[in-house]
This record gives sequence, structure tokens and C-alpha cells, in this order.
Amino acid sequence: MIKKWSILSIVFTIVTVLTGCEPLLVLDPKGPQAERQASDIMLSIGIMSIIVLAVFVILFIMLVKYRASKQSEDYEPPHIKANIWVEIICVGIPVLIVAYLSFVSVQSNNIVESAPKGYEDKEPLIVYASTSNWKWHFSYPEENIETVNYLYIPTDRALEFKLYSFGPITSFWIPQLGGQKYAMSDMVNTLHLAADVPGEYMGRNANFSGEGFAENTFNVKAMPEEEFDDWVKEVKKAAEPLTEEKFDELLKPGHVGQSTYTGTHLEFMPPPEGENGGHHHGSSKSEKSVDDSHEEHSNQNHH
Amino acid sequence: MKIDNSLPLEYSTGQNQINILGFWIFIGAEIMLFGTLFAAYFTLVDRTGNGPTGADIFEIAPLLIETFVLLTSSFTIGLAIHAMRLGKQKAMMTFFGITLLLGLVFLSVEIFEFNHFYHVGAGLQTSAFTAILLTTLGTHGAHVTFGLFWGLSIVLQVRKRGLTPETANKSFIFSLYWHFLDVVWIFIFSFIYLKGLM
Amino acid sequence: MDYFDRFAVPHPSPAIYVSMVAIGLTVIAIIAGLTYFKKWGYLWREWLTTVDHKRIGIMYLISALLMLFRGGADAIMMRAQLAVPENTLLDAQHYNEIFTTHGIVMIIFMAMPFIMAFMNFVVPLQIGARDVAFPRLNALSFWLFFMGAMLLNISFVVGGSPDAGWTSYFPLAGNEFSESVGTNYYMLALQIAGLGTLMTGINFITTILKMRAPGMTLMKMPMFTWSALVTNAIIVFAFPVLTVALLMGTMDRLFATNFFTTANGGMDMLWANFFWVWGHPEVYILILPAFGIYSEIISTFSRRNLYGYKSMVGSMVIISLLSFLVWTHHFFTMGQGALTNSIFSITTMAIAVPTGVKIFNWLFTLWKGKIVITTPMLYSLLFIPIFTIGGVTGVMLGMSAADYQYHNTMFLVAHFHMVIIPGVVFAMLAALHYYWPKMFGFKLNEKIGKVGAWVISMSTLLAFMPMFFSGLDGQARRMYTYSESTGFGFLNMLSFIGAIGFAIGFCLIVYNIYYSTRYASRDISSDPWDARSLEWATHSPVPEYNFAITPQVNSAEAFWDAKKHGHELFTGEYEKIHMPNNSGVPFIMGCIFFAWGFSFIFGMWIPVIISTIGIFACMALRSFEKDHGRYISVNEIKKTETSRGA
Repeated sequence: MIKKWSILSIVFTIVTVLTGCEPLLVLDPKGPQAERQASDIMLSIGIMSIIVLAVFVILFIMLVKYRASKQSEDYEPPHIKANIWVEIICVGIPVLIVAYLSFVSVQSNNIVESAPKGYEDKEPLIVYASTSNWKWHFSYPEENIETVNYLYIPTDRALEFKLYSFGPITSFWIPQLGGQKYAMSDMVNTLHLAADVPGEYMGRNANFSGEGFAENTFNVKAMPEEEFDDWVKEVKKAAEPLTEEKFDELLKPGHVGQSTYTGTHLEFMPPPEGENGGHHHGSSKSEKSVDDSHEEHSNQNHH
Repeated sequence: MKIDNSLPLEYSTGQNQINILGFWIFIGAEIMLFGTLFAAYFTLVDRTGNGPTGADIFEIAPLLIETFVLLTSSFTIGLAIHAMRLGKQKAMMTFFGITLLLGLVFLSVEIFEFNHFYHVGAGLQTSAFTAILLTTLGTHGAHVTFGLFWGLSIVLQVRKRGLTPETANKSFIFSLYWHFLDVVWIFIFSFIYLKGLM
Repeated sequence: MDYFDRFAVPHPSPAIYVSMVAIGLTVIAIIAGLTYFKKWGYLWREWLTTVDHKRIGIMYLISALLMLFRGGADAIMMRAQLAVPENTLLDAQHYNEIFTTHGIVMIIFMAMPFIMAFMNFVVPLQIGARDVAFPRLNALSFWLFFMGAMLLNISFVVGGSPDAGWTSYFPLAGNEFSESVGTNYYMLALQIAGLGTLMTGINFITTILKMRAPGMTLMKMPMFTWSALVTNAIIVFAFPVLTVALLMGTMDRLFATNFFTTANGGMDMLWANFFWVWGHPEVYILILPAFGIYSEIISTFSRRNLYGYKSMVGSMVIISLLSFLVWTHHFFTMGQGALTNSIFSITTMAIAVPTGVKIFNWLFTLWKGKIVITTPMLYSLLFIPIFTIGGVTGVMLGMSAADYQYHNTMFLVAHFHMVIIPGVVFAMLAALHYYWPKMFGFKLNEKIGKVGAWVISMSTLLAFMPMFFSGLDGQARRMYTYSESTGFGFLNMLSFIGAIGFAIGFCLIVYNIYYSTRYASRDISSDPWDARSLEWATHSPVPEYNFAITPQVNSAEAFWDAKKHGHELFTGEYEKIHMPNNSGVPFIMGCIFFAWGFSFIFGMWIPVIISTIGIFACMALRSFEKDHGRYISVNEIKKTETSRGA
């Protein structure tokens, strides 16, 4: 048994030391939502370690004390009925722990599902983030610009992501800013985030979506608001307009690099919300036009 | 086989009792099966896409015939089992026959109804709603169809072998099955048709 | 030729061609071997047509070990691909196929039959029955499972493997995004195997409720039998949901319906919901029998009664109820809002309470015991700490807000492997060593067995502990590769080494079977472990009628009472014993189901219709058949009993 514990602790130490050089992304939050999640994670790791430790200690004691080799030949273990108090403790303590964690969990749910606190002075920045195999399209309706596979955001301002998909279910995830949420074809999900610190962050689709899934990532750059405004102006001046043809081209399965456009696809291909939501999907024009244009394009390619 | 004569024929051997319990558990699984279909139906009922809604396609006349016929058949299979317990093989066979005939009528009307759905543009591929409607009705219909063949084989066996613990057991289990299909139909009638028509 | 194009593999690779040749050669070798040694008749009479629960159990066991090999090979390939960044051993498509089949094979075709193996073999013995309630249905269950497994396993050489993950989420699994027949294989193979499982569920509930030995009230049943009862109840209520989900998925793929598509009202979220309404109870279908096995083993080798029998039973019943109320935690991130997530977060964490009760009861069973560490006990003792780590991370995942960060990452992968491997695989390996003497009349070598247990449990830690860290560092699951800059390389290399450790452990077990078959002593008693329940009160190997005289039971540990307190198990004289006849119908029906599934997968409708008729013809045949079984005479019983040394 001693062997087991030593190996166990060696594994633990190696892994912590080697990964300890750089903090793990999720535990290195750069925004309020991720911070709440990281603190929940650390809290639960703490409580759970106590439970693990308790089990290990009891097991250890039992094994040391009650090994057959430590007892006389003729020892006959007694028939023991369950003790009601022992059972009450075994149920009671876990119930208390679960109750406490439930309390924290419910609180956190409400926090991560609402606009982050402390940014009330400014309107949240709304970004429509949609996926097609295997790309990310970021539409900024207020600014009237659109980017592909990269995301610029201002710091110190709440962000409201509207997520949906032009294909398989994907999941929008920027570990350092907060947890993920699904992007699906028949409804729009809202994810509230905010970035406190300027910097570059990793963002990706976390939900398996087929062949190009591994490379379905995007770069996130958080910058002070003035810099962000400058960037928007720059884009409006320099970028090409996003036409319907261009967007259909983008929707075709495959990988493309980063690109920037003026205008968004939201105008000619509305997201599946409100009257374009799941219920009315059949009548939604977008689905049809996607399919048709796919065919057209492939035909053109063949010629 | 030990036969306990103090019990009704269908329960009279150990194996018979086991069979009946086993079948009840099977009905438990069937309840989950239809429960899931209903859950899917309620989820998809408004998702009609470009296709029709329930109110557009449901017809009252075939519905009433189907319901009347199936409810009656549930009553006649009950009579058949009653006759079996009294040992009246001939009466039992008559009621069994009537049950199967009514089942056949039900099935014919349902086929007619499906044909109607198809002609008013509610095919299997039209929308999520039509797909789940036809799947739920179709699963029930397939059960009835299976029941017709099963019932027929029991009628043949009773005719050939008479009322033995074995054939009585089979007949009784068949009656459970048939009652169950009737219950499912009541749910279909209320929650699919009536709710759709309203 | 066009007709045959559909059977071609859409993404061929040298490895697949090699496998094709290997499969071909193996089949030829088996056929040649059977012919040369004139074993066809033996195979047909003793195995293919058998309705004996013990033989069916052994067939399940063999299938489970074969599938463990298949699923393990998939795992090694995955870990090898990920061992270093930017690896090119596998491309994305093959990696996707491999992790998909790894999941399906391990859960449906490895863990399930492993459990079925011991349920079949042990439950009738533990309750003192001659067989299960419906022996022929039991054979049919096995053959449906087996044909489903074979169907899925030929997919990678005929038409292409499923590649949308074992969860097969739509619309990815729909025709639009998965064009090969792979997902059809998934739908039909699971459907056929699932029907078999459902029948097992009905069969075993009936058996346990109706066929217990006199005196064995429900609260005097051995714990494994209790776990089997609860498990089969879950099966009966959970599997029909899968049946419907698969039916809808099949229709979407083959009849172009719009249940889960992106057009005409289809709803992809419905699949996810149905899948997990079945999928989560399925987790407990796997783990509860394992808990039952641990209860038997820990109590046997502590030489003590199981602590807290009633709370053990109660916690299983509560787990089975809760298992139907937590499915949403598999997709907290689907956007159902704070309230729904909170409710499911609480129900999820609540499962920790009854599970914790079980852990503590096992620990208290050791208390004041006289602990003998044999191979099965070693597995059980290694299970407790490793499973606890896996289990508490489950509570962490249950906190829905934090789950937004764990979801779809290696953290989740680490969690469920750290629960399923110690929870189910260790239990099954423990049971393998524990029941081996009862099945075959000799023990597996203890020394090799213990080394195997250590190797496998350390490999579990080495392979999966690093994943907790790489998950928190942002490594999503199911990625076929990652770049150097992510820094995942080292942790993944550790996992790869762990995977190799698993392979070594598996080889040790196989070697142990070979070694013990050749060298182990056949001269063992029918109760080699000094055990406590009825299965040890009959001979090893067990005669076909199980018990010459039906045992009388007065407590939860009838056999122990008989050994220590002078309780009389077998009273009365030998009487002739009624047994069911063998039948070829289940096997033939299984074969027809295979043909049915195969033609369905490829949309070949004429064979589908013919085989459907064949299936119903088999059922009709059974209905009209007069088969009242046979009797084993008193003389025959006497002869058998003397030859086994009664």
C-alpha cells in the first residue's frame, strides 16, 4: 500500500510542478465571468480534496489495522449491524457539502448568465458570433463591420455575444474570459463576457464539429476602448464590403485565414432569432438561399 | 408442470405467472416508448416549417370511426377473456374473432387516413411535425398490425389445442397487449387529435 | 459495379487494408480450424444453440474481452496520435472515426456485455434458481447484442466507420454533414444491441422477482442480485428512449425526415436531450452492477458481513431514481438559462450523497475485518481511492457555472474515465478473477493477477490525471492534433505512456488466462475464496441444473450461515429436474437481424423486406412450437453429483 501512495504523490507533484511554471488558462482569468468560474473551481477543488483525503485516510487506517497478517489465526470478525449514527453522519456531511456547493452554484449561475457587474455606465458591445464549417464570423451590428476568424474587443465594457451556427453545433469558448456556450442553427444563445486586461487570448470552437474541428480557432485581442474605436474606423476606411456572394463563398466548408469587411451578413441572412427562429425555420429565407447558393457555386467550380 | 387448479387457468402454472409478470414489465417498457414519442410530439408540434398544422389536416370522420372501433375491440377482448374463464371456448373464439375484425377495420381506416394526409401535403418529409405525427401514429399502427397476426396465431392454437394452461396464458397476455394499445390510442385521441383540432 | 461502390471504404488507408486482410485471414483460420478438428457439431450443440445462463454468460465474457481489445487498440492509436504536437500518424477523418468507435465499443460492446456476463452467470446462482425466467429469450438477447457488435465492427472495412462521436449529435450526424454510411451503422447496430439489452432487462427483473429460493425475501438477497434488479429496472425504463431516438435518427438519415435537421422545423437539441435521457441512466446501468460486485468481494475478503445492507440497497434505489433527473448536465452550455441549470446542478450533485454512502459503507466493511488481499480484493481496494478522485471531479462538473469551463475539454474526459475505469473495468476484472474458478474450475494465477492490477491502476492515474490539467489549460476533447505553442505536449505524452501501461496490463491478463489454463491446479474446492453467498454452495464448474436440491435460505448470507452456524441449505431428496431445451432459433434470428441491419444500413430494401419476414417467421415458429422442455432424472443427478465429489 505504501508503494501506492508514494507513486500517487509522485504523479501529483510532477504534474503540478511541470504545469506550475505557467498558470493554466482557465485558472488565469482576465475577466469577471472567468474570475467567478475560476474561484468556483478552486473552492470545489479545496472542498473535494478534504473528502478525498478523508477517504484515503480511512482506507489507509483500515488496511493497516485489519490486515489478516496482523491478526491471530483464530480471530473471527464479528457480525456488525449498521449504526444509525454512523449512517446519519455519512449522509449528513455530504448533504451539507452538497447544499453549500448548490448554494454557490445557483449564485454563480445567475452571475454568469447576466451582464457582468461594474460596467453599467456603458452599453454592452453586441457581437454576433456565428460558425460555418470550420470558421468563425464575427458581426458587429452597431459598428457595421464583420471579421472572420479573429475578434477585437474593448476592455472595461460588457460584451454580449449572440451565438448561432450555419451547420453543426459548435461552442464558443475563450477560456480566459469565461466559459463556453453552444452555437446552434435553430436558436441564438447569449453569452455575457467582459475583458478587464488588454492582451491576446485564445478562442476556439470547443464542440466537435467534423473534420476541420481541431483548427476551428480564433484570435482574441482585447484593447482599450480608444484603440478599439480607432480600429473600427480603420476597418471602415480600408475594408471591402461584405456582399452576399462573398459571404456564400465564405460559408463553403473549409479553412480560410483572417479577413475583415464593412457591413455584416445579418442584413441579408438574418440570425435564427425572433421570427426567424426554429418554429418558422422552414419559411426562413436564409436556409434556402444557403443551400441554393451552395449548389450554384459548386456548379461554377465544375465548369 | 405443476398445475394449481385453485387459480384461473392462465395463472395456473409457475411458468404462466412468470410469463404474465414478464409481460407487465414489457408493457412498462412500451409505456416509456410511447412516452418518448409523445414527448417528441409535444416538442415538435409547432415546428411545421412550410407544411400544414394539425388543424389543417385532421379529419373528424375517420378519427371517430377509429376510436369507436378500437374501444369496442378492447371491450370484446375483455368479453373473450371472461368467456375463457368460464371455459366457454366457442364464445371466447367468437369474441376473439370480432376483436381481430375490429382491429382490421381500425387499420384500414388508418391506412385511408395516412393516404389522406399524404394527399393534403403532409408527407413524412414535409416537416418535423408531420414526421413525428406519422411516426407516432405509425408506431401505434404497427403495434396493431403485429397484434392482428399474433391474435390470429392464438386463435389457430386455441382451435387446435383447446383451452390449456398454455393457450389460456397466451390469450390472456394478448388481451393485456390489446388493452394497452387501446390506452395508447386514448392518449393519441386526446393529446394529438383533439388538441390539434382545437 | 456501381452497385458495389457503396461498400467501398470512403477514406481508405494502409492500416484499414491491413485490417481487412487480417480479418479475412482470421475468419479463414477459424473456419479451417473448426473443420479440421471437427468441432462444428460441438460448437452448434453446446454453444450456438445453448439456452443455459452460464454458457451465455461465458459467451458474453468472451465477447467483452474481444471488444476490450478492439476499443483498446482504438485508444492506443488516439493517444499515439496526440503524444506529440502536430503529429501526422492519423489524419482528422481517421482520428474522428477512431474516437467515435472507441466510445461506442467501450460502452455498448465492452462494458455492457461484461456486466451481462456476470449478471447471467451469477444472478440465477445467487438466488438459487435453475435458470432465468425466459432462457430462450436470454439466448436471443445475447445473439442480438453479438450481431449488433459485429455489425458495428465491420463498419470500418465495409462502407466506412461512424465519425460523429459516440454521442452522434445532430446535425453533424445528419446526411448533410456525414455523408458516408458510418452513422447508419451506429443507428442500426445500437438499435439491434439495444433490443437485446431491453429483453435482458425484462428477463432479469422477472427472474429476480419470481424465482428466488424459498426463504430469500427481497431484503435477504445478496447485494449483487440487488444491484442487478435495480440495473435492469433502469434498463427497462431507459432503453426505450434510445430506441425512439435511434428510430428518429435512422429515419432522418434513410427516409430524409426532418426530426433533427436544420430545415423544415427540425430540432437538433431534441437528439441531445433524448440521447442523454437514455445516456445518463446508462452510466448507472454500468456502475451499479459494478458496485454490487465490489460489495460481494469486499465483504468476502474482509471475512465480514457487508456494512449497512439497508443503506446500500436504499442508496442504489435513490441513485436509480436520480439517474433520470440529471441528463441536462451533459449540456449545461446549451443555453437553457440559469434556473434550469441550477435545478440540474443540484440534482447532479445530490447523486454524490448516495454514492458517498456506498463508499463509506465499503470502508466500514473493512473495519474489524480480517482483510485478505487477493487479486479481486486488490482491484476493489484500488478502486476506492481512484474512483473517489473521479467521483469528486464529477461534483465539480456538476457546478454548472464552472462547467462552462470544463465542458468539452480533457477535464471532462479525465473525469469520466476516472469513474468508468475504476468503477466498471476494475470491477469486471475483479469479477473475472473472482468468478473464474466457479466458471472453469481453476483459479487464475494470483501473482500475475496482482501485478496486472497494479499496472492497470497506475496506468489509469498516469493516463488520466494529466488530462485534468490539460483540460484546465484549454485543451478541447476530440481534437486530432494541437500546435506546439499550446504546451499540451508533455501532458499528452504522459497519457500516451499511461495508455501503453494499459496495453501491458491487458496483455498480462491474457497471459494469465493462458498460463493458468495450462498450469493451474484443477484440484480446488467449490468454495476457494471462503465466500458467503449461494453461488459458492454448488460445484465448480457448475452442473447444468445449478443445484441438485433447491437451497433453503434464512439470511442475506445463507452459505456463510451454512458453513459457520449450522444452517441447513439442502434438505430433502433428489427429484427430477425440469430444464429447457436448446434451440437454434435465437441464433438464426440473430443472423437474420444482422442481415436486416446490414441491408437497412445500405438502403437495400428488398433484403430488408425479406429479412423482416424472416424475423416474424421465427417468432411465429416459436409461438406454434410445442416445447415443454425436458427432465433430468434422479439417476442422472446422482451420477453428476458423485462425479463432482458431493
